[in-house]
Amino acid sequence: MAAAPFLLLAPGTLWLLIFFVWPTLQMLLMSVSTGSLDDGYQVTGSLDAYGTAISRFPKQFGNSLLYGGAATVLDFLIGFPVAYTVAFRGGRYKNLLLFLVIAPFFTSFLIRTISWKTLLGDEGPLLGFLKHSLGVLPAEFTVTGTSFAVVAGITYNFLPFMILPLYVALEKIDPALIEAANDLYASRWQAFRRVTFPLALPGVFAGSILTFIPALGDYVNATLLGNPQTQMIGNVILSRYLTLNDYPLAAALSFILMAGIIVAVTIYARFLGTEQLTG
Amino acid sequence: MTATVARPPRMARTRPPRSVGRLISRWALPVLTALAIGYLLIPVMVMIVFSFNDYQGKFNFIWNGFTIDGWLHPFEWPGLPGSITNSLLIAFVSTAVSTVLGTLMGLALTRYDFRGRGPMNALIFLPMATPEIVMGSSLLTLFIGSALPPLNGVIPRGTFYPLGLQTILIAHIMFNISYVVVTVKARVAGFDRHLEEAAMDLGADEWTTFRKVTLPLILPGVIAAALLAFSLSIDDFVITNFVSGTTNTFPIWVWGIIKNALPVQINIVGTIIFVLAVGGVALSTLRGGGAAPTRIR
Repeated sequence: MAAAPFLLLAPGTLWLLIFFVWPTLQMLLMSVSTGSLDDGYQVTGSLDAYGTAISRFPKQFGNSLLYGGAATVLDFLIGFPVAYTVAFRGGRYKNLLLFLVIAPFFTSFLIRTISWKTLLGDEGPLLGFLKHSLGVLPAEFTVTGTSFAVVAGITYNFLPFMILPLYVALEKIDPALIEAANDLYASRWQAFRRVTFPLALPGVFAGSILTFIPALGDYVNATLLGNPQTQMIGNVILSRYLTLNDYPLAAALSFILMAGIIVAVTIYARFLGTEQLTG
Repeated sequence: MTATVARPPRMARTRPPRSVGRLISRWALPVLTALAIGYLLIPVMVMIVFSFNDYQGKFNFIWNGFTIDGWLHPFEWPGLPGSITNSLLIAFVSTAVSTVLGTLMGLALTRYDFRGRGPMNALIFLPMATPEIVMGSSLLTLFIGSALPPLNGVIPRGTFYPLGLQTILIAHIMFNISYVVVTVKARVAGFDRHLEEAAMDLGADEWTTFRKVTLPLILPGVIAAALLAFSLSIDDFVITNFVSGTTNTFPIWVWGIIKNALPVQINIVGTIIFVLAVGGVALSTLRGGGAAPTRIR
């Protein structure tokens, strides 16, 4: 039965090769092409699109890195205590707590972001109340349309992606190891820093790339909660593809984003000393 | 240091909480967790509450009083019913196809030793590590390229271009496969091969063994994978936005309409999806199907 694994693998592999690998190569070719939608595109090896991508959109690349990075750090700061508490203190409520963490996924990503827009709106339930009922905020105070709102939205949308891998890593830790550290005179903090945290590193790695990658490519939060100054690289890619039909430039931008992520993830994996990419 | 260092008395552990560390661990962690879960659930509550809003004008942004008017006409908005039908159709078909393809791959990867496992695992991992916007835009590049030279002579018009239901399906099956493989693999990994050997020893052929032994054993994993695929498909916006052309799914319809209006129907359909999903999970947990390690008797 030497052929069995290949027969089982063939259909899915073909699908991924045709609809994941081939499009990626096609996009790489498009990014070094010149031409227009009317005349067709010729692969000329021109790197003009890359030059334009880097020289014209440093602000949007910067916003993506800044907002994506800030949201990932915030998610880690919020998510770690939550994952720790659920893993070590959850007791019989563990499953209920995990369910509450993933409950937002049962509504559409777009609708959750629109809800933030409703909640944070100038006359919305929160600001309207603070402005008119309590009078603690000036009438012109605004949250939507700021970079703060964009980061808050991204942080919100990808928080469960941080909590779940952290929880999985923390849950696996044998409490006897922490007890052993305590028996050997480690303080609570030392036991956490020298035992618990290093053992949770695979979860830190998985959680932060699962948060950072979608955050970096996001354009929904920047569109709904930001302003033209807070556009991210995703907004540029979207408009170049769907509105301006400027395919070589759009392909180059998309390719830079992908290559940047691969490089960042590789460096990060070396830095953390974790090679457990595939789990 | 000698080997006879005295240990501190065990009762030292039961001291009343005095140190900062103990205070953090006793109070700060639970409070922080409660706040974070509140933060996660707030937009869901806003969505549900605002589905009962008697709003003025076109945008359902400002609370203006309670009404159930919207709930009496939950789907009444041009284009909404069609977009929901499309979303359901795409979710069912892409779940069925990706679950079959992914389960076969998951079985092959866990049960057979063969050359090329490394590249195979990489091929499965990469789509999960690639930003959705890159997958969406590269698929669109391929689909548009199929209508331009040199590919327009090779790929018949109508396969990839014009964009439509079929291109959305292609994309959804593609991004679902990896998640199905990973979920099924996790299940097959802890599975006792001897049960299959026993079936074969007792005269069952390959197909009977698969049907009567293998499939029942991995079924909880397959069901979990299918549920995951379904929820990824029905909620996908970023990739679908690139490959949908003029076809609407529910998220695409929402994206299109919110520039001009925010009808209460968005909140209502969102609430219905939420209630169905939560109900489904609650039901499957109560029946205890998903998590049982071995159900074969």
